[in-house]
Amino acid sequence: MTDTITIRDLKRGEHASVTGFTDAQAPIVRELREIGFSEGDDIEVLALGAFGATPISVRLNRTIIALRGGEAAMIEVARR
Amino acid sequence: MTVLEDIVTDENTSGQMDVPEKTGPRTIALVGAPNAGKSTLFNGLTGGNAKVANYPGVTVETRVGLFETPAGSQFNLIDLPGIYGLSARSVDARVALSVIQGQTEAFNTPDLMFVVIDAAQLRTHLQTVLQMQSLGKPMIVVLNMMDLATRDGLEIDAAKLEEKLGVPVVAATSTRKAGRADLLKRLDEVMASETTLQESAAEEPDLRHVQTTARQLASEVILHEPGLNKLTRTLDNILLHPVAGTFLLAAILFFVFQAVFSWSTVPMDMIDGSIGALSGWLAGVLPDNWIQSLLVDGIIAGVGSVVIFLPQIIILFLFILLMEMTGYMARAAFLMDELMLKVGLNGRAFIPLLSSFACAIPGMMAARVLESERDRLTTILIAPLMTCSARLPVYTLLIAAFIPPTAVGGLFNLQGIVMFALYLIGILSAILVAFVLRKTLTKGETQPLIMELPTYKMPDPWELLLGLWQRAKIFLRRAGTIIFAVSIVLWVLISYPGDTLRTSFAGMIGRVIEPIFAPIGFNLEMVIALVPGMAAREVAVGALGTVYAVADAEENTQGLAEALQSAWSLPTALAFLAWYIFAPQCISTIAVARRETNSRGWTALMVIYLFALAYISAGLTYWGARSLGL
Repeated sequence: MTDTITIRDLKRGEHASVTGFTDAQAPIVRELREIGFSEGDDIEVLALGAFGATPISVRLNRTIIALRGGEAAMIEVARR
Repeated sequence: MTVLEDIVTDENTSGQMDVPEKTGPRTIALVGAPNAGKSTLFNGLTGGNAKVANYPGVTVETRVGLFETPAGSQFNLIDLPGIYGLSARSVDARVALSVIQGQTEAFNTPDLMFVVIDAAQLRTHLQTVLQMQSLGKPMIVVLNMMDLATRDGLEIDAAKLEEKLGVPVVAATSTRKAGRADLLKRLDEVMASETTLQESAAEEPDLRHVQTTARQLASEVILHEPGLNKLTRTLDNILLHPVAGTFLLAAILFFVFQAVFSWSTVPMDMIDGSIGALSGWLAGVLPDNWIQSLLVDGIIAGVGSVVIFLPQIIILFLFILLMEMTGYMARAAFLMDELMLKVGLNGRAFIPLLSSFACAIPGMMAARVLESERDRLTTILIAPLMTCSARLPVYTLLIAAFIPPTAVGGLFNLQGIVMFALYLIGILSAILVAFVLRKTLTKGETQPLIMELPTYKMPDPWELLLGLWQRAKIFLRRAGTIIFAVSIVLWVLISYPGDTLRTSFAGMIGRVIEPIFAPIGFNLEMVIALVPGMAAREVAVGALGTVYAVADAEENTQGLAEALQSAWSLPTALAFLAWYIFAPQCISTIAVARRETNSRGWTALMVIYLFALAYISAGLTYWGARSLGL
């Protein structure tokens, strides 16, 4: 691993696993965790919005979550 | 009073909750993530006999119902808005948490929670269970939609999960009676042993720790876990496609509006006919005095003018419920999000705004799903700009009277184009107003979007009918109460003291305010019609009929249209249409805005800006049309 990448950097159809959050103290991270994003989870980018590739539809385990680019950029991942 | 208390006490004061009695039924709260099937379980257990608090939007209602177990114990069941964990950002989530923790007087403190999770999402949703467990309340975990999970090939060791969690875990398929039997059986067992109902100390959980525990637990109890539901993956490839998906959404919305207007003609004519027959019959049997007039011209005409919209409201809600139940509504919000964000709104505001095309009241209430108070306020403030069905009678009358049905481009008709333009102006103004509000009064940081897109499902027909019935009931109740009272007041205003409308109280008020409207081309008759039209927009049609002494104006719109043609110039008629796009002429909407914003200031702002827009646009239309020589 060289640079840290986030969900925002993934292309449609790419698989990855969650490695952490860019700013663990941000209030939004609590919400991301509550809906289920957790270290080690398997994710896949399913769809991107028509305008500016946001929002992003992400498969998290067997759940699908929609995030805006800003939120997606807070979740660090490693490509599978 | 906070918004939260307002909502909760409102439900209380409207007589929805039984006063807690120590000997009465125990209370169970349905808790869990959105889309986990709580409402389906609620309907299944209670038979749909819910007491709904007020005019609901979609899934933003707190319902209470009664059910009985095979052993004969009775329970009050509270259907709470969906929550994933213990941080509550939306009004909805705050209601849910305060009810669970017994922090509100309006609901009995629940003795037990049914923590409902979608079995198919166990890996992710287990952490919701663990967080709820940290509250220290007795609970039964319901692995809901087990049939769908099993069909997908998911295998769960429920016994092991129960052992590890230390609370009862029941697999359920809440749409079927057999699928709920186990849950009821376990509930009886739990109630029999008092120890399981003991509360333990609540402890603030560390979310990171909860997640680690949840994932570990998941890997122990999930025996086989297939990939994502194939149908959902395939459908999303099409429905969320940047081009095809957006096009399909537009096509679906076009179809919905087409259906709302074309499917409703027959039932609306039937209601219209029945109301006319009832009036005629009453006029025949009752002596010709003020009682007859109050009943026929006041109450039946007033309530009838609202009840006639029932078919349109039902058809629109049919589609809204279908989109909601299949899982498409979240996709629509996804597709619209970036565009809505550009004007300062959240993609999820799409749902309340869509409802507002039927009526702004359910729309404003549905805005409770929005997490940010600023998003919610902005949505409420612009909801009245969506052309609600009450404007239609006015539009229809004036278009029929003043716009010729000329063919345009072989395909369209000028009347249709004008109708479409009126809708479009409403939407464009809403976008503009939202944009201005977000730059000024509701300024604030952009709120994040974190939204689950549920697995696609076939809607359950019985659920659908039940949902429609509940909405129809609430609409009719409103017609029977508010509209009923307003009709009587209006009847007095237009019937006394003189014999004609011009010499009545409404006529006097009209004369006083006429100078204000003269600069925008309104004549005295129009201003008089606006006075009763304050109660509800469509009332203006009947009032115009009274002013121009057209008998049975509501049935005989042809006659009224002819009367208007000779009395109004085209610029005046166009100015009146422009006025109607904006004017907040609906007392019920203003009352609901007051309650939902919990602020006189915001409500006043809404009323003032709408009247200002109405006045300015009517004036511009009038003088613009005149200068064009129309």
